[in-house]
Amino acid sequence: MSDQDALTPDGAANQIETDYEVGQDNIQPSIGPFGFDIHNPVFMISGLTIIVFVAFALIFPGYAADLFGWLRPALTSTFDWFFLLAGDIFVVLALVLMVSPLGKVRLGGKEATPDYGYAGWFAMLFAAGMGIGLMFFGVSEPISHFSSSVAEGAGSPDSWAPLAGAAGNADEARRLGMAATIFHWGLHPWAIYAIVALALALFAYNKGLPLSIRSIFYPIFGERVWGWTGHVIDTLAVFATLFGLATSLGIGAQQANAGLNFLFGIPESDLSMVVLICAITAIALVSVVAGLDAGVKRLSEINMVLAALLLLFVIVVGSTTAILTGFFQNLLAYGEYLPALSNPFGRDDANFSQGWTSFYWAWWISWSPFVGMFIARVSRGRSVREFIFCVLLIPSIVSVLWMTAFGGTAITLVEGGVTEIADAALELKLFAMLAELPLAAITSFVGIVLVIVFFVTSSDSGSLVIDTITAGGKVDAPVPQRVFWATFEGLVAIALLLGGGLVALQAAAVSTGLPFAVVLLLGCYGLVKGLMSEPR
Amino acid sequence: MYQKIMVPVDLAHQDRLSKALDTAADLAKHYGGSLHFVGVTTGTPSEVAHTPAEYAEKLKAFAEAEGAKRGLTADSKAYTSHDPAVDLSEKLLQAIDDSGCDLVVMASHLPGLPEHVFASHAGAVASHTGVSVFVVR
Repeated sequence: MSDQDALTPDGAANQIETDYEVGQDNIQPSIGPFGFDIHNPVFMISGLTIIVFVAFALIFPGYAADLFGWLRPALTSTFDWFFLLAGDIFVVLALVLMVSPLGKVRLGGKEATPDYGYAGWFAMLFAAGMGIGLMFFGVSEPISHFSSSVAEGAGSPDSWAPLAGAAGNADEARRLGMAATIFHWGLHPWAIYAIVALALALFAYNKGLPLSIRSIFYPIFGERVWGWTGHVIDTLAVFATLFGLATSLGIGAQQANAGLNFLFGIPESDLSMVVLICAITAIALVSVVAGLDAGVKRLSEINMVLAALLLLFVIVVGSTTAILTGFFQNLLAYGEYLPALSNPFGRDDANFSQGWTSFYWAWWISWSPFVGMFIARVSRGRSVREFIFCVLLIPSIVSVLWMTAFGGTAITLVEGGVTEIADAALELKLFAMLAELPLAAITSFVGIVLVIVFFVTSSDSGSLVIDTITAGGKVDAPVPQRVFWATFEGLVAIALLLGGGLVALQAAAVSTGLPFAVVLLLGCYGLVKGLMSEPR
Repeated sequence: MYQKIMVPVDLAHQDRLSKALDTAADLAKHYGGSLHFVGVTTGTPSEVAHTPAEYAEKLKAFAEAEGAKRGLTADSKAYTSHDPAVDLSEKLLQAIDDSGCDLVVMASHLPGLPEHVFASHAGAVASHTGVSVFVVR
C-alpha cells in the first residue's frame, strides 16, 4: 500500500457506534524481561485450558487415546447431518452474496484500495487455506474413493464408497472418486472460509470494530459482545484454531517423516516426528518474527511457486492430454454428483458421509477462524464480489486442477497395474506416485520441502491470528507474544501426537469444530445484516 | 544546524512521549527548525482510530496542537503498516527519506535482555539512516 493511502479518505462506510475501544480490556503484564499486551480474560482462559488438555493427553496417554478414539466417530456420526447442512448453507450464502447487489460493498469503505497485489494475496490465502492437506490427500483421497467405489460390494453398508459406488465399473468409479474428492476440496471449504473472512473484514474495516471473531456478533448481541458472550466466542475461536492447526501439523509431520523415510531411510518414529515439529516450529518462529510482509508473505510466495512447479511437472510428464481433458470431465462429474454428495439427510453411505465428509467439514470449520481471520487481514480494499470470486471460485478451480493432476494420474497408474500406490499407506501415496514418474528423487524431495513449507506457512499465519484474538483484536501486540503462540502450537501438536496420534488430533479438531459451526451459523446472520447497512 | 526534526509518535501512549516532545521542541527552538510528526497505524481498527484516515486526522490535530503550544511550525504524516510490531522501523526509515528531515528525536524504552533477540525500533532506525538520531530514554 502506498503511503498516500493513509491520507486519502476511504469513503463512505457505515461505522457502528460503540463506546468500546480496541484494547480497553487488555492488560500489559511483564513476564521476565518481556512485555505483553493481552486480552483479559481470553488469553488466560484459552492458554490454561489448552495446557490442561495437553497435560491430560501426556499424563494419561492410554486413556486419552481411548477417549479420542471414541470421540471423533461419535461426533461425526451423530452430527453428520448438521455439519453437511451447515456446509451447504455457507456455499449458498456465499454464492448469493456474490451475485446480489450486496456484492458491490467494498471492504474498507467505498474508496479503499487493495493492500496487496493479486499474486501476494492469492499466495497467502491459498497457503493458509489448504496447505498440507493438498499434499497429503492429493493422491491418497482420489485413490481411496476410486478403490472403494470400484470394489466388489461397493454400496453395501460396510463399504467406504461415496454414494452407491460403482462396483466393477472402473470409468464410473474414477468419475465418482474424483467428484467426491473435489467435493471435499472445492466450493464447500472455501465457502466456509469466505464467509468467515468476509464477516471479519466487514466488521473490522467498515464497521470499525476490533479484528476479532466476536465483532461479527455485534448485530445479534449488541454491546454484550464485549462481555462474557464475546469472551466465550473468542475463546472457542482460539481452541478451534489451535486444534485445527495442530491436526494439520500432525498430518504434515507424519507425511514429512514418511517421505524422509522413503527417500533417505530416516526411521519413522515418534522421535523423528518430534524433531521435525521442533525444526519446523523453529522456521515458523523466524517467519513470525520477520513479520507479515518479510516472513509470512514471502514464504507463501515461495510455496506457491514450488507447488505450481510440482503441479506443472505432473501435468507435463503425466499424460498431459488426459489431465487436461480430465479437468473438464471432473468438473462435470463434480457438478453432476454435487447434489447427492451434499445431501445432509437419508444417506445410505454412512462410512463415507460420516467418516470423510462430516470429518472434513468439522476440520474446515475448525480452521475457519484462522484462515478467515488471516484472509481478512490481507483483504482490505477488495469488493465483496471480487472477494468471493477470488476466495471461493478461483481456489476451487485450482483444487480441481490439483486433484485431477495428482489423483487422476495416480488412478491411471493404478488401473495400469501399479498396485504400489493403492497399497501404500495414506501418507506415502504421494511419494509412491512420484516414484512412477521420471526424476523421482528430485520431485519427492520437492514434495517433502513443500510439505514442510506448507507446514510453516500454516504455523506462522496461525500464530499471528491467535495472537490477534488473544490481544483483543490488536495487530500490533509485542512480538514475544506471537513467539509464545508459535511455540505453543508446536507443543500441542507434539503432545497430541504422543497421546493418541492422529486420532487424537482429529478428535480435537472435530470437537472444537462442532460448537464453532453453531457460532458460524449465527455469524451468517450478523454478516448479512452488516452488509445490508453498508452503502453500495 | 537542524532545520526539520522528525518526531515519531505513538498516539496510543502519549503519556510516555513528553520527554521526547520537550527535547524535540527545545532543539527546534534553538536551531530555528520545524517539527515533523510521524505516526504508523494499521489498516484494522486500533485503540487510536477506526480507520487509517481517522488516524491521519488525529495525528494532524496532535501536530497542530503541539505546534501551537510550543510556538513552532509543525506538520505530520501518517503511514500504514501491515504489521507494525515488526515493520515500524522500516516505515520510519521511509519517513526519514520522504520528509528530508535532518534529525530524528524518538522515545525508546530502556534496553534489556529482549533487545538481544528483538532489535528495538530506535536502535534499528539509528543503525540504518544517515541522519542524526537522538534516542530519548
